Amino acid sequence: MISVTLNGELHELELDPDTPLLWVLRDHLGLTGTRYGCGEGECGACLVHLDGAPVKSCQTPLAAAADRTVTTIEGLSPDGRHPLQLAWILEDVPQCGYCQSGQLMAAAALLNESPRPTDAQIDAAMSGILCRCGTYQRIRRAIQRATNPEARNG
Amino acid sequence: MVETTDACRLTRRTLLKIGALAGGGLLLGLPLHARTEPPDAAPAELAPNAWIRIQGDGRIRLVLARSEMGQGVMTALPMLLAEELEVGLDQIEVESAPVDPAYINQLLGEQATGDSTSVREAWTGLREAGAVARTLLIKVAATTWGVPEAECQARRARVQHADGVRSLTYAELAADAARLPVPDQVTLKSPADWTLIGTRQRRLDTPGKVTGGARFGLDVRLPGMLYATIQPCPVLGGSVRNWRGDAARQTPGVVAVLPVRRGIAVVAETTWAALRGRERLELDCRSPASGIADTDRIRDRLRIGLTGRGTLAHRAGDATTALETAAQRIEALYEVPLQAHACMEPMNCTADVGPDHCAIHAPTQSQQGALATARRLTGLPAERISVQTTLLGGGFGRRREQDFVADAVELSGYLRRPVQVIWTRADDLRHDYYRPMTLHRLHGGLDDQGHPVAWLHRIVGPSVLARLNPSAIHDGIDPSLVAGAVDLAYAIPHLRVEYRRADTPVPAGLWRGGGHTQNAYVTECFLDELAHLAGQDPLHLRRRLLAASPRHLRVLDLAADRAGWTTPPPAGVARGLALVEAFGSLIAEIAEVTLSDNQVRVLRVVCALDCGQIVNPDTVRAQIEGGVVFGLTATLKGAITLADGQVEQGGFDTFPLLRFDEMPAVEVHFVPSESAPGGVSGIGTAAIAPAVANAVFALTGQPVRTLPIRLASGVAVS
Ligand code: FES
Ligand code: FES
Repeated sequence: MISVTLNGELHELELDPDTPLLWVLRDHLGLTGTRYGCGEGECGACLVHLDGAPVKSCQTPLAAAADRTVTTIEGLSPDGRHPLQLAWILEDVPQCGYCQSGQLMAAAALLNESPRPTDAQIDAAMSGILCRCGTYQRIRRAIQRATNPEARNG
Repeated sequence: MVETTDACRLTRRTLLKIGALAGGGLLLGLPLHARTEPPDAAPAELAPNAWIRIQGDGRIRLVLARSEMGQGVMTALPMLLAEELEVGLDQIEVESAPVDPAYINQLLGEQATGDSTSVREAWTGLREAGAVARTLLIKVAATTWGVPEAECQARRARVQHADGVRSLTYAELAADAARLPVPDQVTLKSPADWTLIGTRQRRLDTPGKVTGGARFGLDVRLPGMLYATIQPCPVLGGSVRNWRGDAARQTPGVVAVLPVRRGIAVVAETTWAALRGRERLELDCRSPASGIADTDRIRDRLRIGLTGRGTLAHRAGDATTALETAAQRIEALYEVPLQAHACMEPMNCTADVGPDHCAIHAPTQSQQGALATARRLTGLPAERISVQTTLLGGGFGRRREQDFVADAVELSGYLRRPVQVIWTRADDLRHDYYRPMTLHRLHGGLDDQGHPVAWLHRIVGPSVLARLNPSAIHDGIDPSLVAGAVDLAYAIPHLRVEYRRADTPVPAGLWRGGGHTQNAYVTECFLDELAHLAGQDPLHLRRRLLAASPRHLRVLDLAADRAGWTTPPPAGVARGLALVEAFGSLIAEIAEVTLSDNQVRVLRVVCALDCGQIVNPDTVRAQIEGGVVFGLTATLKGAITLADGQVEQGGFDTFPLLRFDEMPAVEVHFVPSESAPGGVSGIGTAAIAPAVANAVFALTGQPVRTLPIRLASGVAVS
């Protein structure tokens, strides 16, 4: 039995501890907002927070989450109104949208660390999350918008 | 009163249909066959082929017959309906269309999405559908009040009388409107009265995409559903000789291991169990009779086509003689490699097949293709098959194919349970229908004034449409291979374009931007080679060759102006220009590049676009930005290669995509236009490779004749 606090709720899971967190979320718990893009740690579509830090859930066995806190895109905010989510809507960031859970979770982890990140910090935090549709420019603008209170609702 | 322009006869009047909705509502659709019986004989049931459903309870539902894959059709197409229907985007729901002849994309000849056609195709028909519904609703209100229709105005799902007092909602009017005959003609709104078209509307699909709630193909969950993965033969075209599935079968969670058309399937209770079971399969494959493909052999095969007879694809004047008598001549050989689609969501499909039904849930660009695939595999009649389109995690042409749909239908048919088939990233990269490899030989000649007078272009490559749409091939010319080469806008008096078909064992398919991506790269780069030979500025040469084409000059001049073409760039930076005409649109892109560590770095891309009337400007901008990024990956990062019959790239480590920190600043400027809309999805992709390659040429003095761009070590900036 493995205990994980997932999006604020305690789960007791009787699963193979080797199961990647990605598939625990998607197939066992029905939280499909975390996406499969490669399963090899190379795209970041599966990014979630483990105790607030960004991890690629396809590379994180369930055992590594035991007695820890996991946050997925579904738990990023109670009402979909995290400053980043609002900024994403205002900048119309997503195209196909498939990579965007990973993008938002990576950006949210960055903001947990550095509420006013520099461009270099944004580059470092975001460059591992691939977007085939090419939304990077808008992602940067949305992060800047979310971290700059004057620009937030403009 | 809505200001209206000239009343237009309905282009599809005979196809329009009005129906009553159960519960008293209005349904407006376009059935295949014109109805002759009176409308009140319409069935009280929902017809499946509606565009607009106005329900008695006030809900207004607009049907989306194209696949949302990031290009924004879920917002742009309802905007066309809503504009004429006079409803706000906040008042509607969008539902995806089933398969029905009414939803055929006339530009593609099937119910499908692709080739930058969606808005172009829908532009008139959807606005007319909206206008018909509005006309009927106004008519009912006018009759109810006993006033002339001209005194009634529709706004935000309501008809109001000019007295400012009387008003009725669409929900109240719908049941009576459904009993009226189709009007002979309707009046479309004048552009001056548009409140949606041409204005920035936030995309309707965004909220779900930022909360994780958006449903892609892999997010389909059906009761009792199993998960499956298929191990194909690694050699393209190979077939399974022997296999052992005992170890796979013993993997916890694995339910079945069985051979299917594409290889050996492992079916399990979860995706992870299926993937683990698959690792334990033992497979022995035999090579295809057609031979083992590798990149060098493919190149050799194409090379043969560079000489000998080719099929004439376009001719003006006498290029051969003009070349012989030219004052200066240049010849160049260009090579464009294989490219994969690499949609972020790997191929997948979910199907539930029983003895008398087949339900497909698919991220597909071709609903009609999915239906045909299911018919072929199950033998069921069309009315027993349903195709539910999910959101697509990227499409780029890949999802018009049916291989992934066939996987799910086949497996669910065997197992009689709902099955979701997932392709791994390696499957997705190694078993794609690739943008084909092509070779191009060009000859150009200048007269003694440095003016281009002769242009010969031989294209060698496999046919893409021979498999997908053979009827499009005329006189041996595959239009997708010569697009952009046979319709050069430049006024060069003597032109000759030839195509030589050379099929290879590598599956070839449609890729974002199609053949324009190869031919724009080749022709725009070769034009810069001619400019270099003539000692002319590339912009200046293009302007001279386009002196009689004001539309082309406008995009060129706008891009040049915004990029500051006449101001020299900083040291170590160069600009490259490319102009592309495709899908009814025109784009000029100017790329600013520099070199760092012998790598090309693109700093800024200025785009000037004339795509006719714009429906949702910010989406168009996003499409150009995204198209540029898609093309930059192919220009700078990698390609697909084969060795021993296998695709060598099986992950993003070997098939890297452009990353966040490599993103240039992309600016999109519009040339205002009132022409009908042009396509925008592929054009940004087509123009970026030549823009960047021409900038690298300007920087190094070396023309870039192969992609992706690889600089010789220690290349100097000239
Ligand atoms: S799915 Fe985890 S990094 Fe790609
Ligand atoms: S929005 Fe499509 S992959 Fe990023």
